[in-house]
Amino acid sequence: MILNMGPHHPSTHGVLRLILEIDGENIVRIMPDIGYLHTGIEKTCEAKFYQQVVPLTDRIDYLCPLTNNLCYVLAVEKLLGLEIPPKAQWMRVMLNELTRINSHLVWLGTHALDIGAMTVFLYCFREREDILRLFEMVSGQRMMTSYFRIGGLALEPPLGFFERVKDFAKRFPSKVDEYENLLTGNPIWGMRTKGVARITAEDAIALGASGPTLRGSGIDFDLRRDMPYSGYENFKFKVPVGTDGDVFARYMCRVGEMRESIAMVQQAVEGMPEGPIKAVAPKVVLPDREMMKTQMEALIYHFKIVTEGFAVPAGEVYQAVESPRGEMGYYIVSYGTAKPYRVHMRSACLANLQTLPTMCEGRLLADVVAAIGSIDIVLGEIDR
Amino acid sequence: MPLQPAITDLEQLKQHPAIAALLAWNPSSVEGAKFDREEMSVYVERSSILDACELLRQNPDCPYNYLADVTCVDWFPSEPRFEVVYHLLSHSKKERVRLKVRLDGGSPALDSITAVWPAANYFEREVFDLFGIRFAGHPYLRRILMPEDWEGNPLRKDYPVEGYR
Repeated sequence: MILNMGPHHPSTHGVLRLILEIDGENIVRIMPDIGYLHTGIEKTCEAKFYQQVVPLTDRIDYLCPLTNNLCYVLAVEKLLGLEIPPKAQWMRVMLNELTRINSHLVWLGTHALDIGAMTVFLYCFREREDILRLFEMVSGQRMMTSYFRIGGLALEPPLGFFERVKDFAKRFPSKVDEYENLLTGNPIWGMRTKGVARITAEDAIALGASGPTLRGSGIDFDLRRDMPYSGYENFKFKVPVGTDGDVFARYMCRVGEMRESIAMVQQAVEGMPEGPIKAVAPKVVLPDREMMKTQMEALIYHFKIVTEGFAVPAGEVYQAVESPRGEMGYYIVSYGTAKPYRVHMRSACLANLQTLPTMCEGRLLADVVAAIGSIDIVLGEIDR
Repeated sequence: MPLQPAITDLEQLKQHPAIAALLAWNPSSVEGAKFDREEMSVYVERSSILDACELLRQNPDCPYNYLADVTCVDWFPSEPRFEVVYHLLSHSKKERVRLKVRLDGGSPALDSITAVWPAANYFEREVFDLFGIRFAGHPYLRRILMPEDWEGNPLRKDYPVEGYR
């Protein structure tokens, strides 16, 4: 029987359509059908200035907007050859890790909700509220922050921000203990997730999986540690790696990542350097408001950057970061003008989604829901 | 870091493991190379892309075991019009390399590399959908993002940003 697990479904985490060929409760074949959220962002980026693309990048993987910002901004800075001051780099790492925790909280809440554990969902979203308030404090926006700009940050963090972050970082590890208390040792959780939707390491690499989907199968590779960017080499953190390649291994990886991320946030707050938050590049980075209002040159630079943009030397660059879902990359081709020639987003979820048939064929229909949750897909990133 | 000028001379770059492996196997497969902003790009000749990918995956010095991305750039109206770009990553050596294949605009076709990495499946479908490049040997070459009955290839440069509807 051919069954359609249509785009409107509470467990597909977005508008994903799965065409299932089933025999009783067993899956014979599974085929994902995507494209319901395609908005043509890659085409739109070709019509905008480089600085105008930053708000577009927020909306691609809408659960970790700051990570998308970071990837795009690092790629353009590589094209321009800009030096970013240390305070901006540490702030970027700190907010990136808070975003990782944010994304994993949504993952844990919705994954547990699909499998039936409804309390975890409300607990996770209670912590997410605190993080969203921190983002609102620093950038004015809860989700689509666009806080990282080409050349540094948009604004100085306000007074009292670091105290709030420190306070959150002190409270959070005990909350992760709460979630683990409810799920990790729970026999129902174990029966639904252990041994389910297994994928071997060779299959995962061949199918292009990355992030926790790859690490759950035993491959120890993390872009933050192995190919560091934006100051990650100054931070000490462990990378949790699973062994079995099933849903439970991926769950343990992500919960471990939440703990490591909050430790990194604490390291960042304690070691935050002083200094400017924007690079010294008057033709690229907008000047301070006060300088713009009092100095003629700053006003001229501001006017030119906003109306004409800045020309980026010709060339191409591929910058990848470790997003909560895996390797997110931006491939930007420039031909010397103020608008990019081609912007391509390498979506971690698109490659991870290819592992779904291998994981689910031959298993029960209920395992498909657990598998989709464990890959942690976001349709905005798949469809762009 | 301030920008260095790009190095495009093949003589200077042939020590790089990917280029050395390709030149040792078939010197005519490498049409050129560029080292710019600390990234290596290799222009591969069209008919040798499948063998080149398999060779790089098995390369003992630096095995590029992971396909990160397959995409395309449209250089309309100059010819060769399309450039299909492959990004490879070596987990063990933490190195990336970019392979580029130039295609003419007429009826662009290329070998599919799904035999080497099944990961190329969705990426090549996306390039077929949005640019119109056919991949020979692909198990299921259909439109992936646009609806099945869509006409035209939206990411080509002669397709307007606003669309036709």
